[in-house]
Amino acid sequence: MAPTSRLDHVEQSTSPVSHMVRRLILATAALGVLAVVWCPGLAVAQEADEQPAQSIGSSLQDLDDEPVAGVTITVATEDGSEVGTATTDEAGEWRLDLDEAGTYVVTLDVETLPEGVSLRDPDRPSLSPGVRVGQDKNVLFPLGDGEGGGIRQSTVSRLERLSNLAAEGVKFGVMIALAALGLSMVFGVTGLVNFAHGELLAFGAMLAWWLERGLGPLPPMPLLLAGVLAMLLAGLLGAAFEKGIFAPVRHRRSGDIAAMVISIGLALVVRYVYLILFGSRPDFYLDFRLQTNYQLGPVSLTPKSWATIVLGGVILIAVGWALRNTRIGTAMRAVSVNKDLAESSGIDVKRVITVTWVAGAVLAGLSGVLFGLSESVRWDMGNDVLLLIFAAVVLGGLGTAYGAMLGGLVVGLVTQLSTYWFPPELKLMFALVVLVVILIARPQGILGVKERFG
Amino acid sequence: MIDVLLKVFADSARAAIGVQAAAYALAAIGLNVHFGFTGLINFGHIAFLAVGAYTTAIVVDLGFSLWLAIPAGLLGAVILGMLLGIPTLRLRADYLAITTIAVGEIIRVMVRSSAMEGLTGGVFGLQGFADEFFDVNPFSRGNYGVWDITFNERSMWVMTVGWALVVLTALLVHALMRAPFGRVLKAIREDEDAARALGKNVFAFKIRSLCLGGAIGALAGILLAFEAQAVVPDRYLPQTTFFIWTAMILGGTGSIKGPIAGAIIFWFVVASTEGLLRAGITHGWIPDWLLSSQEVAAVRFMLVGAILMALMVWRPQGLFGKREEVLIGAR
Repeated sequence: MAPTSRLDHVEQSTSPVSHMVRRLILATAALGVLAVVWCPGLAVAQEADEQPAQSIGSSLQDLDDEPVAGVTITVATEDGSEVGTATTDEAGEWRLDLDEAGTYVVTLDVETLPEGVSLRDPDRPSLSPGVRVGQDKNVLFPLGDGEGGGIRQSTVSRLERLSNLAAEGVKFGVMIALAALGLSMVFGVTGLVNFAHGELLAFGAMLAWWLERGLGPLPPMPLLLAGVLAMLLAGLLGAAFEKGIFAPVRHRRSGDIAAMVISIGLALVVRYVYLILFGSRPDFYLDFRLQTNYQLGPVSLTPKSWATIVLGGVILIAVGWALRNTRIGTAMRAVSVNKDLAESSGIDVKRVITVTWVAGAVLAGLSGVLFGLSESVRWDMGNDVLLLIFAAVVLGGLGTAYGAMLGGLVVGLVTQLSTYWFPPELKLMFALVVLVVILIARPQGILGVKERFG
Repeated sequence: MIDVLLKVFADSARAAIGVQAAAYALAAIGLNVHFGFTGLINFGHIAFLAVGAYTTAIVVDLGFSLWLAIPAGLLGAVILGMLLGIPTLRLRADYLAITTIAVGEIIRVMVRSSAMEGLTGGVFGLQGFADEFFDVNPFSRGNYGVWDITFNERSMWVMTVGWALVVLTALLVHALMRAPFGRVLKAIREDEDAARALGKNVFAFKIRSLCLGGAIGALAGILLAFEAQAVVPDRYLPQTTFFIWTAMILGGTGSIKGPIAGAIIFWFVVASTEGLLRAGITHGWIPDWLLSSQEVAAVRFMLVGAILMALMVWRPQGLFGKREEVLIGAR
């Protein structure tokens, strides 16, 4: 910053401070109101706290990702005394509450596995995971097709498996791209790398969960309605972030790096408010929980996955179209390219920024509901996908809307397809490795413009 | 009530001078070389702590002496600095921030994977590699300290070494930053193009800064691993990087004593808030519906987030920094 502008800043600094304080008080009050509205949620969270703080469990799936039900699993302590047994439910899931943290021996009863399903590693029917205090530990029993080997031979061809993974990758990519698009749009108009974007996503997912089960005086509602409402309310939260925090920060001319660090602090605060309100256990939506796969060509996916791909794809294309062909979209692109010039040609920059925030947050909320539908609803799900969203945005080029979509697809495909060759625990790593590799070749991202760098 | 408050105060004071604080001070000094002096936004600092600790533990695990393993850990961090720097240092500030977090996570996911279990112990990590360090502990068995602020001989030994390292690295950084090397780093922070126009090899200086700060971070990682006698992959989550950032910004970036004071104050504030909340819950001053004792741990993160936000809004130079020395705009 040039010395003169520093002086400007010093002279102006008195009024923005009181302004800032008022804004912060307003924002706190708004959060307080939200907290009151959420009291039923709070009660739910506290009931959960009275249960044992840690648990152990998993979900059993065969090579087609179909749940395996009716399998008996025994949990014992290290010295061999049995803690309990569980049987997998129709979703292939089982969970046992544990009174203390420690190392346990988890044994799968091979006899109870259905025909044609076996352990991929027959020598390891027992696992001994360590469970930390408060942890909901997941253990993994990789299942194969009963032929002994890990790789399937007969029922599904390699091509089908690859194309299924690719379809899963497209689905994952669409969900990432929805969130990445919002992040990239906000970056475009304000220069902010928003670390709290994942919390907008989690907000959508959790709010849809609460609404579906009946929030406060509201009756339970179908997920479709709950999801739409949650998206809209996520948009409101986005507007609150902008109006309550980031607009005043810009007004103080704190700088892009300061704003980025502020968003990190905001993300920490909001995420742990979620923990207190939602509790630490993952949960699921009631609707569309169990579905049988629908085959289309070589690809077999659940109907909700097909719907995710179609809905997400349509919305991505619609937003892309709107950015090119509507007044507000053109205004957003104008503000991204040159804020001052846009302002002097009569564009209401403040309004454009607010609209961008709301649109980005609505997209993040939708992405959150879709993530909740395809995986689970968790208090820290925003943090879990944030890096992938960043990877998508940076891959495509920060601030480029189409780049974010492309980056999302690349990230989705890389993560899913890598599981064909490598263990799934490494799939997130591959997305990040691709990020680093592409940045070596193109430091500005795939669709980024070079002249902005130097 | 008074004795409860005194107890909380004693516990907070213990935290403020304990091993955690010393390790955070070291890590923050390293990060300060990156961000405070060179203007590199390193959000993957935890990777240096992880590489330092893991390399040391693995080298001991392979049968070598601990006194060989520690330099190996530092060397590991220097190599990481180069590997991290070559692809990322050409990037703009915001890209660098994201890529460094990504590299940190790549390292964490890699060491915890079952493919690496033979070397790194997978999710369980490695234990009991610092015996040689505790064998030379000059403190005999017992508790040391005044009033309620006491430490056992093990903690005393780690703390003594930790704070000695803090002082030594602070002096080293102080000397380096007054030297021509440091002046070039500051020039890069203020205006990279100007430094380049004066014929300085900006890229090489940035790499050196990354390696130097990274090695100091590795010392912090090794110290923490010694205290626990264990390296566990899930201790190296990205949020720890943000804790170190908060400590550094709290003290003041671009100053020598800033990160040290920041780490001490950070741990005092965190421990006293948690202590007061816990005491409030046990004595019924805080009603149960408002906050239960399991939720106190969440308050720590909210508190750190709030401190980080408040600092960046009202006092980006922290308590001891100079405002004109703080990099706040992206390039």
